[in-house]
Amino acid sequence: MGLRLTFTARRESSTLRRILTPILALLVALMLGGIIIALMGKSPLIAFYVFLRDPLTDPWAVQEVLLKATPLSLIAIGLLFCFRANRWNIGAEGQFILGGVMGGGVAILAHGSEASWVLPAMLVAGALGGMIYAAIPALLRNRFGISEILTSLMLVYVAELLLDYLVRGPWRDPKGYNFPQSVPFSESATLQPFFDGGRLHAGVIIALLAIGVAALLFRRSLFGYAVSASGEAPRAANFAGFNEARITLIVFLISGALAGLAGIIEVSGQVGQLRPGFGGGLGFTAIIVAFLGRLNPLGAALSALVIAVLLIGAESAQVVMKLPFDLTRFFMGMLLLCVLLGESLNRYEIKLVRR
Amino acid sequence: MMEMLPLIIATIITASTPLLIAALGEYVVERAGVLNLGVEGMMVVGAAVGFASAVLSDSSAIGLLAGALAGLMLAAVFGVLTVYFATNQVASGLALTILGLGLAGLIGQGFVGQPRPPIPPVIIPVLSDMPVLGKAVFTGDPVFFLSLLLLFAVRFFLKTTRAGLLLRACGESHASAHALGLDVRRMRFYAVLFGGLLAGLAGAYLSLIYTRFWSPGMTGGRGWIALALVVFAGGRVWRLVLGAYLFGGITVAQLHAQAGAIALPSQLLSALPYLMTIAALLVLSLSGRKGAGAAGSLGQPFVPER
Repeated sequence: MGLRLTFTARRESSTLRRILTPILALLVALMLGGIIIALMGKSPLIAFYVFLRDPLTDPWAVQEVLLKATPLSLIAIGLLFCFRANRWNIGAEGQFILGGVMGGGVAILAHGSEASWVLPAMLVAGALGGMIYAAIPALLRNRFGISEILTSLMLVYVAELLLDYLVRGPWRDPKGYNFPQSVPFSESATLQPFFDGGRLHAGVIIALLAIGVAALLFRRSLFGYAVSASGEAPRAANFAGFNEARITLIVFLISGALAGLAGIIEVSGQVGQLRPGFGGGLGFTAIIVAFLGRLNPLGAALSALVIAVLLIGAESAQVVMKLPFDLTRFFMGMLLLCVLLGESLNRYEIKLVRR
Repeated sequence: MMEMLPLIIATIITASTPLLIAALGEYVVERAGVLNLGVEGMMVVGAAVGFASAVLSDSSAIGLLAGALAGLMLAAVFGVLTVYFATNQVASGLALTILGLGLAGLIGQGFVGQPRPPIPPVIIPVLSDMPVLGKAVFTGDPVFFLSLLLLFAVRFFLKTTRAGLLLRACGESHASAHALGLDVRRMRFYAVLFGGLLAGLAGAYLSLIYTRFWSPGMTGGRGWIALALVVFAGGRVWRLVLGAYLFGGITVAQLHAQAGAIALPSQLLSALPYLMTIAALLVLSLSGRKGAGAAGSLGQPFVPER
């Protein structure tokens, strides 16, 4: 006599259930995280307080949260085009870096110029950089049938090494005391804060625009429908005349462009120069953002905020409680697993029966 | 040069063995129809747990065992979710890798920079007296010999045993296998556990035998290369050896080139293994075996109707 699980697909899922699933997943992940913190011999309650206090109350930290949510939501918005179409671009981190490199290259070449075209040119170059880089796995899949999963991921390592080469080699600041970094960008090449003494810059608006456009595309356009159809029922989508290879290329170009844009916004608005490791794994974290937001543009925007609060909170927790950043990474992986489990429980009715 | 040869061959073997072990595990997992992208995560946790256990128990053997078991435990989490709860395999595997990198960092925290003594080699009698190969191959570490043993065992299991046939049936067509009365999910779960065991062992090999110290993120993409090797192998397990040793060779050649001050940027040389992976997949595709050899229902969750 054993027990076993049976699955029945739910006919429909209520709106309330759809909204509650990711929230419950987040709560479960937080509880598990609390247990880990307790196992490390620290108080989970104090940890939660430290994680949440600054990002939600301190005006400076609130701005940091929005600035962190900017690249996260931009990348995640791009990724959800891929994931909805069941194409697996897991190399957004590489496209993010390449956007920073291409856009940053414009800033370095135009160093010293006060012309007003510099910043727009950087943003365009950044988006192009990410786009070209994302086109590689898409074309390899279309032309040669090579799985995009491994190629997009391998290219992340290549992008990191390219950045490293540039800032140690041709693009190293001659006055930088041999540090591996580029010249600090001129004022014309940095995204300026909206108000004096503040930090918020136009990147936030670009992110909001992307969220709005994506939401419209998925709700109102044939293209948005084609993307989702191609993911859910590839054969039917093919019969309906949605070209599989073209959709692959387009969703990769969109996600690459947005990741590249996020990269140059991060470099120009936050870092102010090219430096190795500026990516900091945001391209991977954005995958979690996309799933926590249930592959929905507005959901991704909200979850980008939640994840940004956790990332900024992690910085305080590192200083105040000496909680290592690896704890946050561990938590992020756990959160994604909880979200995916929630999705499954949402899709199927699962019962434990005696056999 | 001749005196260097045994040393070079021995280094290639140490660089290739972890790739071969991890790829062998994932090969079995994919034959059963599951794609586990968490190899990198399981490897790095295996490396951390293996190193920590070896230091604490002062035994590398215990370290290797503990590393393998750590990989198995992570795989169990992945298996329960993907096999029994039908979660998306690609995303779950990625989550496992992210989680693993964080977990390994936490576990390895106190062990950064500590050295480990090398483990005594196994000396095969008679053969080890051969010129060149005697020193290079037949005086190797025990895990190298284990990896060859595993290779034959996996091949034997999949090709000639009933259980191996059933496992492949689950991978080729889970619906048919289920219709024949097979417990597809249990079979897949066991395959995932085996994959985790080998990924963990491969990780422990890295920290205990290859580098003999722990550093965060030390797997450096080897888990992903192991995944690529499985694609490269198609349905033929021998190709795993070819692939693993090719990549091990490239890793060693790249290190020598960097030390020998070759006029190429070191970053380009470091990027070679990743670029070579893409090139290898491209060559495979150009040779006309597009997607051939992957299990029929690879990556699709199996949800029995009743």
